[in-house]
Amino acid sequence: MAEIEDKLLTHIAALARLSLSKEEIPKFAHDLAEILKYAEALEQIDLEGVPPMSHATEGERFRPDEPRHELTRDDALRNAPDQEAGLFRVPQVLGG
Amino acid sequence: MSDLTSIGAAEIAALVKGKKTSAVEVIEAHISRIASKDSAIGVFLAHNTEAARDEARALDARIANGEDGGPLAGVPLAIKDVLHVLGLPTTCGSKILKGFKPPYEATVIRKLRQAGAIVMGKANMDEFAMGSSNENSAFGPVRNPWDVSRVPGGSSGGSAASVAAGFSPLALGSDTGGSIRQPAAFCGVVGLKPTYGRVSRYGLVAFASSLDQIGPMARSCEDAAIALSVIAGEDVHDATSSPRPVDDYVGALAQPTRGLRIGVPRGFLESGVEAGVMAEFDKTIAALERDGAEIVDVVLKNAPLAIATYYLVATAEASSNLARFDGVRYGLRVDSASARGSLKDMYGETRDQGFGPEVKRRIILGTFVLSSGYYDAYYLRAQKVRTLIRRDFDTAFASCDVIATPTTPSTAFKLGEKTANPLEMYLADVFTVPANLAGVPGISVPCGFSNGLPVGLQFVGPMFAEATLMRAGRAVERLFGPGHQRPVF
Repeated sequence: MAEIEDKLLTHIAALARLSLSKEEIPKFAHDLAEILKYAEALEQIDLEGVPPMSHATEGERFRPDEPRHELTRDDALRNAPDQEAGLFRVPQVLGG
Repeated sequence: MSDLTSIGAAEIAALVKGKKTSAVEVIEAHISRIASKDSAIGVFLAHNTEAARDEARALDARIANGEDGGPLAGVPLAIKDVLHVLGLPTTCGSKILKGFKPPYEATVIRKLRQAGAIVMGKANMDEFAMGSSNENSAFGPVRNPWDVSRVPGGSSGGSAASVAAGFSPLALGSDTGGSIRQPAAFCGVVGLKPTYGRVSRYGLVAFASSLDQIGPMARSCEDAAIALSVIAGEDVHDATSSPRPVDDYVGALAQPTRGLRIGVPRGFLESGVEAGVMAEFDKTIAALERDGAEIVDVVLKNAPLAIATYYLVATAEASSNLARFDGVRYGLRVDSASARGSLKDMYGETRDQGFGPEVKRRIILGTFVLSSGYYDAYYLRAQKVRTLIRRDFDTAFASCDVIATPTTPSTAFKLGEKTANPLEMYLADVFTVPANLAGVPGISVPCGFSNGLPVGLQFVGPMFAEATLMRAGRAVERLFGPGHQRPVF
């Protein structure tokens, strides 16, 4: 994975919902390749039988699944860039 | 008046509670120092001046009425702008949160306020806590009070600089890979990253949820210990906060240096530490040994892999966490003519224009390592190496109480020195990142100067051993005698 092609980078940017400019694509492709090259060090390690670690907490803790109304609708909408009738308003979803 | 800005949090609280000075006087002294000096440093993104005055008056009235005032009575605070404070905007150092005012308050802020502390304002930071120099802020850099041509470190650069500059004796930062400890080292202050789960993350804007912790920055271990005592503990709003009882961190400061077993991972330290930093580190370790500490050789075999592991794990989590910034519920929305009114294009344009280059770089890397076909080779592999890094710590702590390293491989570097090469910037965190991956706590304490710039020494301890870190940190403070050396700027 020494080279990251612009096409792959464009695909990743689309997954990440980033509309990158034409200038940004080769730059980020280069940076991504550099970092992945550095990460090749991990390929030398024997990981046979080693479990993955996702967090450092001691076991799972649960609370009752009960609704807690800590934020009013008005509070939740206060920061919205656009709203209508108590809802977040967004551009057209279908056929856009 | 001016010396109210040079004394510590414990002293301020004692003066205010003992009615030797008023909270109003303390706050006014800090307001005027910030007003006259912050233009040279650039700490504050938002000021809380009028509310701080009101709170100080109310506190003085309560104390006059015979109430206690709390362990941090009248203590001014700078809050990293990644934490929600009611009444102030939260920017995360980013354009994408334009205009956002949080509808709720972080648990740590609520607790600090209950303890009598007073928020002075929001401190500048690298955008979304991604950076090691504070140069990634959308609102301009912060300068190091020891040398304004140099960076304060990052990502909690504003918080560290505030404490060093006398704008507040106490600040809160967040630490995902070293973002409290590295700037603390660069600015010559104490910075603590607690054990994962020791402090509630409710009200902290998430970067990498399995690594993030909130912690105090102060001019002494005592002040950091008092602050940690206030903010630590279980919180119903954060399921990862630990129900373990909170230890007596202040009491631990009195424990002797004698008998403390300090592990030094010499093999890990071979990876490019500046000579001046290494000299101060070695001198401090030798002095601790003279004071009765036992120095033990330990091995952290996989620690040199921590940076690579971190940039796969942390970016994966960030790419997921930062998906919420999409122009729908809060912050910036870019809906230009070229977006043709479609939702998908609005997302893409908002995020491209709202995020800065380092944040985009990390979202791209994180999205890549989680994407189909690459997940096993990168993300899963990194999670397994993370297990090995944790096991190294568990093994090492069988023979020592704390592990000591320099906090950073160099002292504070010049603004612009490392911005061209992202990977080189990442290596500034080589000694701090392993603790985040393992979940264990770490503290940086000032241990000397190299060419006039502060050097930090880091102690890392076992899970929930913050009291031992306080004992070790105090042992270093004892070597330098009382009083805090202060920068002149």
